[in-house]
Amino acid sequence: MKTLILRTASNYLLPILLLFSIFILLRGHYLPGGGFVGGLIASIAFVLHAFANGLKNTKRLLKFHPGFLMPVGLSVAFLSGILPVLALDEPFMTSLWMHHAIPVIGKLNTALFFDIGVYIVVQGVTLTIIFTISESA
Amino acid sequence: MLIAILTGFAFAVLLLFGGKLVKGKLSILSTLIPLGLFIYFARFIGDVSSHNFIQENFSWIPSLGVNLSFKLDGLSLLFCLMITGIGTLVFAYTSAYLKGHKYLDRFYGYLSVFMGAMLGLVLSENIISLFVFWELTSISSFFLIGFNNDNPASRKSALTALGITGIGGLLLLAGGIVLGNISGTYNISEMLANRDLILGHEYYILAACLIFGAAFTKSAQFPFHFWLPGAMKAPTPVSTYLHSATMVKAGVYLLFRLSPVMGGTDFWNTTLTIVGLVTMVYSAFHALFRTDMKGILAYSTISALGILVFLIGLGTHESFLAAAVFIIVHALYKATLFLITGAVDHQAKSRDVTQLSGLRKVMPIVAIAALLAAISNAGIPPSVGFVGKDLIYEGTLHMENSVVLLTALAIITNVLISYAGYVAGIKPFVGKLPKRYENVKKPPFWLWFPPLLLGTLGFVFGIFPVLIQNTLIKPILWSIGLEASEVHLKLWHGFTPVLGLSALTIGSGILLYFLLKPSHKLISFIAKFDKVSPKYIMEKMTWAFARFSAFWTNVFQNGYLRNYVSTITLFLIILMAFTLLQETTYRVDYSSFAKLTVYEIVILSILILAIGLIVFAKSRLAAVVATGIMGYCICLLFVFYSAPDLAMTQFAIDTLTVILFVLVLYRLPKYLKLSDYKMRIRDGILSLAFGGLITILALEVLAQPVNSEVSDFYAKNAYLLAHGKNVVNVILVDFRGADTMVEISVLAISAIGVFGLLKLRLKSVERYQK
Amino acid sequence: MEFLLAIITGLLYAAGLYMMLRRSLVKLIIGLIIISNGANLLIFLLGRITKGHPPIIPEGSKVFTEIYADPVPQALILTAIVISFGLQSFAIILIKRAYQVVKTDDLDEMNTIDEDIK
Repeated sequence: MKTLILRTASNYLLPILLLFSIFILLRGHYLPGGGFVGGLIASIAFVLHAFANGLKNTKRLLKFHPGFLMPVGLSVAFLSGILPVLALDEPFMTSLWMHHAIPVIGKLNTALFFDIGVYIVVQGVTLTIIFTISESA
Repeated sequence: MLIAILTGFAFAVLLLFGGKLVKGKLSILSTLIPLGLFIYFARFIGDVSSHNFIQENFSWIPSLGVNLSFKLDGLSLLFCLMITGIGTLVFAYTSAYLKGHKYLDRFYGYLSVFMGAMLGLVLSENIISLFVFWELTSISSFFLIGFNNDNPASRKSALTALGITGIGGLLLLAGGIVLGNISGTYNISEMLANRDLILGHEYYILAACLIFGAAFTKSAQFPFHFWLPGAMKAPTPVSTYLHSATMVKAGVYLLFRLSPVMGGTDFWNTTLTIVGLVTMVYSAFHALFRTDMKGILAYSTISALGILVFLIGLGTHESFLAAAVFIIVHALYKATLFLITGAVDHQAKSRDVTQLSGLRKVMPIVAIAALLAAISNAGIPPSVGFVGKDLIYEGTLHMENSVVLLTALAIITNVLISYAGYVAGIKPFVGKLPKRYENVKKPPFWLWFPPLLLGTLGFVFGIFPVLIQNTLIKPILWSIGLEASEVHLKLWHGFTPVLGLSALTIGSGILLYFLLKPSHKLISFIAKFDKVSPKYIMEKMTWAFARFSAFWTNVFQNGYLRNYVSTITLFLIILMAFTLLQETTYRVDYSSFAKLTVYEIVILSILILAIGLIVFAKSRLAAVVATGIMGYCICLLFVFYSAPDLAMTQFAIDTLTVILFVLVLYRLPKYLKLSDYKMRIRDGILSLAFGGLITILALEVLAQPVNSEVSDFYAKNAYLLAHGKNVVNVILVDFRGADTMVEISVLAISAIGVFGLLKLRLKSVERYQK
Repeated sequence: MEFLLAIITGLLYAAGLYMMLRRSLVKLIIGLIIISNGANLLIFLLGRITKGHPPIIPEGSKVFTEIYADPVPQALILTAIVISFGLQSFAIILIKRAYQVVKTDDLDEMNTIDEDIK
């Protein structure tokens, strides 16, 4: 499937799709979207890139094994849950909200960080599975 | 007190790390643990002997009424002192007995776990925590019996013991729960207040039977006694400590403790008396036919436990007094006899009484200790055994019915027990010293000192019975609610009928010793009856049970995935059909078909076509493509029915699934047509029936009214509490965030699984091939 | 419409079960995928279906003003979809490994080989 058109297109598609996935992730709290879908779209972007340019190039682009995303994402999610316990002595997973909105992003909150954790884990899981399988298949 | 109990466990945990330290010369230092605890508990003698008790409470599961409450009264104090006192001697004895053993640290670990558990058992006020400690003693006993784990016989005995005592423990739990339900509390002293309620309740017999089951298995009563002789496979210190002095008395302790709560009824007394009588006579008789010193002692221990149960069953003031004294008497002489057995075994490498003789010449001090114990065992004055035996006869003579029968059986048992004591305690040491034992070395200090100390104590208490009378015996009677001020233990009562019976017992015992010599012929004689022994029957039952389960498992677990799936489905279909088809309430609302849009009809048709294609496809590729189409159709259904999040996710996942299949497709096996025509028809009918039932189930549920309380809560509070407008996302990341946390962990695990299956395994295989 | 969807769900279950009862390994995986889709659809259906009213609070208001689709089954299914992907990929790889080791794709033959190893 290493056609020239797809290869050229995928170079542009990767950043656009990644940006789109982040957009989906961030709007998840108000409109359809969220960490699960965002993570899946981002991994589809990488898989597409891998199809067009070969797995080696994608891996070089990533610079690290996607498996590392899993512990990172899990820690982000866990920390966002444990933060209320540590900071305010509230129960686990109580979401904290900033009082003032930041432009573009809106009000920051721990639930968003939890969603980001989900996003990273889903990406790590999907890419690990697909990469591992395509390497050894 | 909690700290005292936990010390044993803490020490065992420390041994995991510092095990090397106790293996060498420092092993004697571990004795400090039980010694310290002994001193700790000894301090309470003053308090307890002035009719007080000490209580401590710790909440554990207060909502279930399960608490760690401990109560130190006369009964538990006696047991605590025995556990820690004999424990001290056993710990010290072990340091010499198992000197340089590879797993000495492990042994000490098990012993101290047992000590902690046993202390917890006798101090527990709450019957549930008592159960927990009860099972812990069974488990530590399992490890100790199987300590020589390279010996199959040892492992088998350990398993038997665990099986029997473990089942007993479960019965105790059940009995405790029944008692708790009747009386509304799990605290034994509070149950006492509800005695009338318990005695009058319809489940009283059930509760009593469960408690009996627990006590009889633990205290090796007939017909559950056979695990105890098997348990003699354990190293001798264990037999001394667990299987004669402390653990096996847990059942007796339980009966003692619950007598004021449940005792006094005809059922209680008759059962205990009969079981006690059968056990004491049966196993005392069995002791005649043994030649292994430990075997003899094991059967005489069972017999002594039978005497205790029998005395509790009599239920009179005299019999409880006799039981209390006999616990002390028995612990002193039986521990001594076990310890000298260990010393003889350790030095002369034999325990066969037909071989051993004349050992007094090579180990005089051990011989003295053995003689003291045998005298106390036989109840010859001035030992404490004499005091104990007198009280037993007092107990039987004070009964109203069948005095002659009870007394006669007690005399027979005592004669046989005293014979057993002579054989184990005197026979190996008298007579001519055979040549092969001439070079036997003297045992080290810690092998002869503990038995000598215990043997001597038996005489000190015999000459001055007042020593135990005020400190231990009276508080024990108080602790089960009996009056004790009239108790006067005496060696010499004057010329009474009891004295005559004692003289008769002692005389017959000595006579029997000179008449009957232990020999292997006797063993082969008793072996003929093995086929009717409870042990044989129980083993056969276990065997048959295992065979039956193997057969049953083979019928269902035949290794064919299809058969599992179809069996499960078939049962599900039958069960569901039974309930669902009894009354169907759903009526098809044909008017709703009119609202169908073209899009819906098209999608549903494609979906049905795709399903058909998957099922009937001849090639893998077609099936995979059809699967993809099916996924996208479902995705579109989600779009129509207001689930945009689901549609997006389904779309992405479906794409990835197809990619996945394409990646591995050509590595996967080709489609094979393996099933024949008949089989496919059969499976097809099964599948259609299943699918049809699912449809009916769905329609039935749809006909029921909806309860949307939960959804309404989330919908109402999504913005107000969680500041989000996409309710699905809010549920996922906020309301049910912890669930999502676990779900992404599961995802990560599946990815690690895939990675591990493909990468790590291959590497290790490659390494292996190199 | 519910009626048709219920039938479709039943069809999915039937097809999935039928595939799982085949002796071929690949069919087993496909059967697994179909059944998980059927389960999703069943949950979705039992939460009642609503047309054109996603569970998203409209712009400018803080609570729902009209009817809305039940969000709870949707949240359940969303994670189920993602997890079933993990399950499927794991099953595919497991089957691939099994195929490599025992060199057969006949589930019945795997049984006999298993016994030989013992």
